[in-house]
Amino acid sequence: MTGWGADAVSVRFGSRLALDLVTVTAVPGQVTAVVGADGAGKTTLLRCLAGALAPSAGAVRRPPARRIGYLPSGTGVYVDLSVTENLTFRSVTYGIPASAARRHIGDYLERTGLDAAADRLAGQLSGGMLRKLGVVAAMLPEPKLLVLDEPTTGVDPVSRADLWWLIARAAAGGAAVLMSTTYTDEAARAARVLVLDSGRTLAEGTPAEIVAAIPGTIAVLPGPPATAEERRLAWRRAGAWRLWQPPPVSLPAAAPSAAALSAVSSPAAAPSAVSSPAAPLQAASSPADSASAPPSPAVSWPAAPSSAAPSAAVSSPAVSSPVGAGPPGRRSELVTPDLQDAVCVAALRRELDAAGPFGALGVGDA
Amino acid sequence: MRAMIVKEFRQLRRDRRTLAMMIVMPVVLLVILGYAASFDVPDVPTVVAGPGAAAVARALPKVFALAGTYEAPPAQGDAAAQAPAAWARDELRDGHAAVAIVTGTAPGPLVLIDGSQLFDAQKAVQELAALQGGTSGGPPTGLAARAATGTATGLAAGPATGTATGLAAGPATDPATGLAAGPATDPATGLAAGTAATTASVAGSALADPASVQILYNPELKTSFVMIPGLAGVILVFVGTVITSLGVVRERQAGTLEQLAVMPLRPADVFGGKVIPYFAVALADLAIVLAVGVGVFGVPFRGSAATFALGALLFVFVTLGLGVLISSVSQTQGQAIQLAVMTLLPQVLLSGLIFPLSSVVVGVRWIAYLLPLTYFTEISRGVMLRAEPITSLWLPFVCLAGLGAVVTTLATRRFRAFLAPGSGR
Repeated sequence: MTGWGADAVSVRFGSRLALDLVTVTAVPGQVTAVVGADGAGKTTLLRCLAGALAPSAGAVRRPPARRIGYLPSGTGVYVDLSVTENLTFRSVTYGIPASAARRHIGDYLERTGLDAAADRLAGQLSGGMLRKLGVVAAMLPEPKLLVLDEPTTGVDPVSRADLWWLIARAAAGGAAVLMSTTYTDEAARAARVLVLDSGRTLAEGTPAEIVAAIPGTIAVLPGPPATAEERRLAWRRAGAWRLWQPPPVSLPAAAPSAAALSAVSSPAAAPSAVSSPAAPLQAASSPADSASAPPSPAVSWPAAPSSAAPSAAVSSPAVSSPVGAGPPGRRSELVTPDLQDAVCVAALRRELDAAGPFGALGVGDA
Repeated sequence: MRAMIVKEFRQLRRDRRTLAMMIVMPVVLLVILGYAASFDVPDVPTVVAGPGAAAVARALPKVFALAGTYEAPPAQGDAAAQAPAAWARDELRDGHAAVAIVTGTAPGPLVLIDGSQLFDAQKAVQELAALQGGTSGGPPTGLAARAATGTATGLAAGPATGTATGLAAGPATDPATGLAAGPATDPATGLAAGTAATTASVAGSALADPASVQILYNPELKTSFVMIPGLAGVILVFVGTVITSLGVVRERQAGTLEQLAVMPLRPADVFGGKVIPYFAVALADLAIVLAVGVGVFGVPFRGSAATFALGALLFVFVTLGLGVLISSVSQTQGQAIQLAVMTLLPQVLLSGLIFPLSSVVVGVRWIAYLLPLTYFTEISRGVMLRAEPITSLWLPFVCLAGLGAVVTTLATRRFRAFLAPGSGR
């Protein structure tokens, strides 16, 4: 795939492997989301892409620094400069002509509602406003590659909508946007998603591909998981328990080795549904069309045994017929999984792989 | 409270730098203050010029440590007669000696004291007063009074006439000039051209005669005259090192330094962009300090402004480099301040600003020669008080430039390593 990105990138901090052979591509005109829990390696990957960090191994494809926009995990702006001063500094540094800079700055400030605070010190802005300022500053040079590290984290829903408008506009303008997020509902709006965990790739593809590649089915339990097996395969979401029902497959003798899944070891801790921003991403860049995309074998599930990926759940109706799950007398309902379910299942599989053979846990046995 | 105490100890244990500062600094300060902090000058570097200089030098009291002699070649005319005095003044101006004895002058030998070397000058005045008191058989009135009061009125008091000291052992003394008039003395030059005993008597008489003493550059031996040129350096260290280190670390803490690293800026652009404003502020500070020093405290500025400016630029260059270096090895502003203070303190104590370098024991004195303020103090006092030319100040200039090159190279490398992508940060 053409575009900017990282090829088999590894980053080591001392004895700790922060990234392990991660590959990602940011395609011009599209938004690529990097999803993962805290400590998954999202920031490290984005720093590599932006040029703030040299990988220990692998290659990074990126445009010249003048054509990269970067929002670091912090705000990236000077809290003791005003909003306008911050943006002016950025535009001068990137060599943007004064007239064009004035026009862009005015436009962005007005659209994001920051115009009323144009003369206010950045340090006096709210968290959401500060984040918007950071994104605007990153977009100002009209970059070919826009790298945004969790632009919406800790931001209220209205500000998130504004931020998504900005992101969609950048992609519509031809920028390859690579953004990290902990919100799977946001990632579902991206054209492509990379799921990271403990520095490794859990899944990569379009949201639909990733969802379609979930092996087995997802069901909603009528109550808390009753058995040890259910507890291992269940997570809590939106007030209900969901259960992954792996397909009955025979496993190869040696399960693929995978690092212990510490960050997502508790699927119940995965971000629950967050009210989605109003601005549709597709309106600008038409990147994500997860609901209608057909399941595709192109999706990457690196930790999965090849025989364990018969994707079936996505073809189920929105609310499926009851199926037996758990002890007799308990009935659960199949649901159409989404990206959050896919991430949880991927994490579960990694955890189970790390814990030992599937058989030992009674998972996947015929 | 117990939980708080335990927490503080845990944090302290992990903050190695603070812990080291709390434990090591008192020891370092004790050593420095014990060995370095002394106002006692063991001896006063002295030069002797004029006819019979070598013999006079041999007869000098022990406290006047010989730093050189000059015997004018035989020649006629006023220029030849003035040569020893001119040489002696040059030696004082260039800081090679604190006391110069000029023989062969009329009406008698002349003792010149460099008042810009305050402690040496005070020691010399004290010793001369003792000699004067010894030779007159009474209390040291003239020079001692002068040293105490800062006036020149006591100079003519008590002409030395006695021969009580071993040095002033001349057979006869001319009460009018205070000069030991040996058997073959030329009254026009005051030269004792006879035996060794005669020349020795010249020295003794000259030292014992307060009328022949001149204190140059700081006649009233004012402390402010010698402190303000050095204090200008301290202020530059404060601005250059402390403030600069904070400015860069603030970027690091705020995360904006990483933003700068990915922007289309060369490390040199960032380095220069960070340092130049502080450079300008430091120079403005220097101008203010000088203006106050000259205008309010009456400190003379006798030398070349260009020479001083060059020295100041070099010094600011070093201090700013030091600031960036400190910031590049500090994670927080607190750490930067700690390190900056650890560089500031030895400079104040060991640079010769407060305590004379000659009183610092050799085992500690070498540290002084690693400190930029040592050289700037030498330059600023030399230029402001003694009008020392750059030709005689070449050594501190070269040392400052060398320090600047080393510090700036280290700082640039560290800074570049931080700004350029690296997997280790």
